[in-house]
Amino acid sequence: MTATAQGSDKADVPVFHFAEGEPEHHPGDSTMLGFWLYLMSDCLVFAVLFATYGVLGRNYAAGPSGADLFDLKLVAVNTAMLLFSSITYGFAMLAMDKGRQAAVQGWLVVTALFGLAFLGIELYEFAHLIHEGATPMRSAFLSSFFTLVGTHGLHVTFGLIWLAVLMTQVSKHGLIAANRRRLMCLSMFWHFLDVVWIGVFTFVYLMGVLK
Amino acid sequence: MSQNHAEAHDSHHAGHHDGHDSHGAAHGSLRGYVTGFLLSVVLTAIPFWLVMNGVLANSTLTAIVIMLFAAAQIVVHMVYFLHMNGRSEGGWTMMALIFTIVIVAIALTGSLWVMFHLNANMMPDLHKM
Repeated sequence: MTATAQGSDKADVPVFHFAEGEPEHHPGDSTMLGFWLYLMSDCLVFAVLFATYGVLGRNYAAGPSGADLFDLKLVAVNTAMLLFSSITYGFAMLAMDKGRQAAVQGWLVVTALFGLAFLGIELYEFAHLIHEGATPMRSAFLSSFFTLVGTHGLHVTFGLIWLAVLMTQVSKHGLIAANRRRLMCLSMFWHFLDVVWIGVFTFVYLMGVLK
Repeated sequence: MSQNHAEAHDSHHAGHHDGHDSHGAAHGSLRGYVTGFLLSVVLTAIPFWLVMNGVLANSTLTAIVIMLFAAAQIVVHMVYFLHMNGRSEGGWTMMALIFTIVIVAIALTGSLWVMFHLNANMMPDLHKM
């Protein structure tokens, strides 16, 4: 309706007619759908890595198995770190809805600290494994393990960089529409990484220790 | 602070036009996040407890049970943290999700099925040597 009214003033401006009841055509909304499609394609990346691990995960080449290597207490702490970071990011989004910039920044700092703790524990675990001779070159199991878990860790790393950039953006420009959109995208990315981690701790760590 | 809120709300509203109403629920609520978090804690703690204490004697049964817990927790995260429903973006996010799940299922089951006899066909079983 409004598009036609504006279009009649300037004849050279193209007029777009949107049918009623097609909310997906709003420009502000398409970013979220586009980002969701990116997450789904990322999901396929992880699916392929999970499938590779599923095929190669028992090929130890007479080397150490998951039961020999994995420390489930450490994995439980790591899982808790990521879950805490998910809920604190949720609190940041709730603060954003209420327009409380200081609270948003505060919760983002807490989220970043949990994320850093997760990454620190994972790097400690990797260093420990490599120190014990369980390097990615040792067996097909360890190659696929490091690829899958390492790719997830790399995602968390980039999520943390993104988080730091957004905190700078919010402190410079406040909770403007663009920053709200970016925070919503990172929210989806961050929760998505927690979903992938559910698969990692179940299929890799818990089932790796089982047999 | 209240003025800031009003401005933020205006820009928010302008960005979404009349799609605002259908999109408003996607932000979640404190109740939703806390519910999702508590469910996730329970659904994470039980599988870890099952495996770390060897509660179930049969490891195949344990594997099936923890996979069911993982599936349940993924659904909880989708609903309470990612705010998935059939209405957001005119149903297209749900369509993309269903399509992805189908592809993931084909990739996983297909790989495991095709490669199931990998060791028997390609190399001697090193553990039995």
